[in-house]
Amino acid sequence: MAEVVIAGIGQTPVGEHWDISLRTLAARAMQAARRDAGGIVPQALYIGSFLSSTVSHQANLGALLTGNAGLEGVEGITVEAAEASGAAAFNLAYMAVSSGLVDSALVVGVEKYTDVVGSRLDSAVAEMVDYDYEAVNGVTPAAQAGLVMQRYMYEYGVPRDAFAAFPMLAHANAVNNPNAMYRKALRREAYDSAPPVSDPLNMMDAAPYADGAAAVLLVRSDALPSDLAHPLVRVTGSSVVTDRLSLHDRANILAFEAAGVSVERACRQAGILPQDVDLFELWDGYSIYAVLSLEAACLAPRGEGCRPVQEGWCNLNGRLPILTMGGQKARGNPLGASGVYQVVEAAQQLRGEAGKNQIPGARRALVQTLGGPASTAVTHVLERWDEQK
Amino acid sequence: MEHYQKSSKLLKSSRPVGLIGYGAYVPRYRLPAVEVARIWAGGKTGGLPIKEKAVAGLDEDVITMSIEAARNAIARAQISPELLRAVWVGSESHPYAVKPSSTIVAEAIGTGPSIQAGDWEFACKAGTEALVAAMGLVGSCMADYALAIGMDTAQGHPGDALEYTAGAGGAAYVVGPAENALAVIEASYSYVTDTPDFWRRAGAKYPEHGQRFTGEPAYFKHITEAGQTLLDELGTTAADYTYAVFHQPNSKFPQRVAHMLGFSDEQIRPGLLVPVIGNTYAGAAMIGLSATLDVAKPGDRILVVSFGSGAGSDAFSIQVTDRIEERRDLAAKTADYIARRTQIDYATYVRFRGKLAMK
Amino acid sequence: MEIPRHWRLKKERYGLVGEECPHCSFKIFPPRDVCPNCGGEAKEPYVFSGKGTVYSYTVMQDGPAGYEEAAPYTVALIQLDEGPIVTAQLTDLGEEPIEIGMPVEMVTRRIRSDGDERGMLVYGYKFRPRL
Repeated sequence: MAEVVIAGIGQTPVGEHWDISLRTLAARAMQAARRDAGGIVPQALYIGSFLSSTVSHQANLGALLTGNAGLEGVEGITVEAAEASGAAAFNLAYMAVSSGLVDSALVVGVEKYTDVVGSRLDSAVAEMVDYDYEAVNGVTPAAQAGLVMQRYMYEYGVPRDAFAAFPMLAHANAVNNPNAMYRKALRREAYDSAPPVSDPLNMMDAAPYADGAAAVLLVRSDALPSDLAHPLVRVTGSSVVTDRLSLHDRANILAFEAAGVSVERACRQAGILPQDVDLFELWDGYSIYAVLSLEAACLAPRGEGCRPVQEGWCNLNGRLPILTMGGQKARGNPLGASGVYQVVEAAQQLRGEAGKNQIPGARRALVQTLGGPASTAVTHVLERWDEQK
Repeated sequence: MEHYQKSSKLLKSSRPVGLIGYGAYVPRYRLPAVEVARIWAGGKTGGLPIKEKAVAGLDEDVITMSIEAARNAIARAQISPELLRAVWVGSESHPYAVKPSSTIVAEAIGTGPSIQAGDWEFACKAGTEALVAAMGLVGSCMADYALAIGMDTAQGHPGDALEYTAGAGGAAYVVGPAENALAVIEASYSYVTDTPDFWRRAGAKYPEHGQRFTGEPAYFKHITEAGQTLLDELGTTAADYTYAVFHQPNSKFPQRVAHMLGFSDEQIRPGLLVPVIGNTYAGAAMIGLSATLDVAKPGDRILVVSFGSGAGSDAFSIQVTDRIEERRDLAAKTADYIARRTQIDYATYVRFRGKLAMK
Repeated sequence: MEIPRHWRLKKERYGLVGEECPHCSFKIFPPRDVCPNCGGEAKEPYVFSGKGTVYSYTVMQDGPAGYEEAAPYTVALIQLDEGPIVTAQLTDLGEEPIEIGMPVEMVTRRIRSDGDERGMLVYGYKFRPRL
């Protein structure tokens, strides 16, 4: 059976790109991915963007971004799943290529968070929560994370400072990522004294929202050009799972069931167990979500998800590295685009292109993006593929 | 042609009516008068008109407060809210200038759509006006049950004398047939003239008042006229009453007018709340009555005389029945709300009351 | 101006009126199309008592548009005595610290203005420490 192969990757730096528009940001990432793939013209474009219609006041991106990047006439649609929009777009592209409907598909995640400033921006981001029953009470994504963290600390007796290890690890790894938004290490004192956002959560527990665009070009192995310069990575599993949208409808708000099920399904497709991977690009939109991602994937017992990071297992030279290029916390969180950044970073590791952050001999990666508190969970398994010739 | 004319001035309905249920509400925040004096009067601590006043929180207004008082009243009345044919809120701080508070209160407490629900306004006697109307609706057999509410989140001009006392609170009354009442309304009488002692023009944020003109020609004139006429027409004197409740803009006025009508300090004590919650305007006489009902015994008689600037007074003669004992404990008492207290400073008060220009 | 939307939701919001499933008696809030317990159709109105306990809470330092002037405010998950968990703000908090498990009761309060200071007023449920 043919494989779905990552033929090209591209990304812009993550940051506040006051001077770059949505369409230009997307085009830069798209062109970078196409160049990396030897100039392939994709047969489809799947766009992941969460805020474009509310903050950039621009819908119908399929028509806009194809034409703007020299891909007039190519089929293009936008996929939305809150912060997992780009990850879900990748899943759709994978389905399109593996089904044979198209030979190649370009995925671009793009977000222009800075197109609007002020409290209207916060309410646009809050569209990912239940509008009628959560947002109306002043709930934002940060409020949800605060509620989850508070309950977690209560049920397991975990102290606040146990979470510091996650943002500190993210920042340490971002130092060597030229595309990261924050490239300085995070001191423990800075974490302890960070201002509260949604108590008990503080500013260092929350990944900063930013602008960015990243792109991945998927090609089916029987349509690959023969002269690609870089190693190849194939997609061996991809799964989208949803949970009840609002926290109050969950049987257990700490279970992150969708995250666990999507890991299970993606791994089953790939024929592996979660612990068989060399790295896990998990979702650290909030430090508590990273903790629960480890627990939901059965990589840490319930209530002990902080320990692997505190004890160094998740460092670059550890047993299961996470956030290898800075994660959402330090590389930055361009919302709907983040899921594509995670795939690009995992691909860099598997190709041996991660520079100073290279995990030696990395061959298999687990990538997971969450929309909200695992209201949507998208998980992929990527593997180095040396057999194409 | 002969014109029918009643021989008595009293307002008496065709069938006897009474109070079936009652309920109060006071917000939890308190602004001490010394705090206002700290900002506006060089920090003086003596000669202040009251101890402290109740202040509505950021998420409270006449509608939310009326809903809670109404729920308490219905809990005591033990009737289905669907039997109410009128929900009438009297206030001078309705949240909308046009759109009744009463429709929202009615919907929130679960009435059906077969109701009257206009708002009432007559300064501090808006609630008792609604009460008289409820007596008429029920007493004429047009309806069996009606809800009359007096509630306010009154405002005073910063630094003005009224800022010390303008407080938030009020009470709700379910009016129904006397056979079911915990207190029967024997009669009422209203005395109204056009007297410009206090007003607020449309669009103005704060009211104007006539300083000392608000005393003798306004407050004292109308309360004594209404109260004395009611007593004379009923053939009663202060000695026939256990308690009296008067409108209370400050601590001194109700004590003085009580003496003028022959009442003692003891008789007005349970209903004199202004020292600890301030002048709750359209809620004042109504909540003074609820505090009195909280302690009254079967057979006790209560005289209530409100006063609303503009000006007028509504006087009621009320007699408590046996049913008070079985219904009194079915909801929170006035004293429970008064005891629930969080002190705030002037800056917090200014923020809560929307006196800061936010835009 | 989202008038129709707020008008649609007023019964639930003003009085915590949810549903009782006629097939399995499960109490449901907020109302929905399908019973989360048995999957049957649920439509019968059910008025909740408003009594519950705090399941979790968080203090928001900044609010999104429409809520900035209320900050800091507290959002909580409340476990109603009848079973469902509901999201709501906590209000009327005194000096007592909030604790998971503390008993609370429903009150109807002003949630926000729809839009700006000229918009309609949106009222709904919040919870306060029991009187």
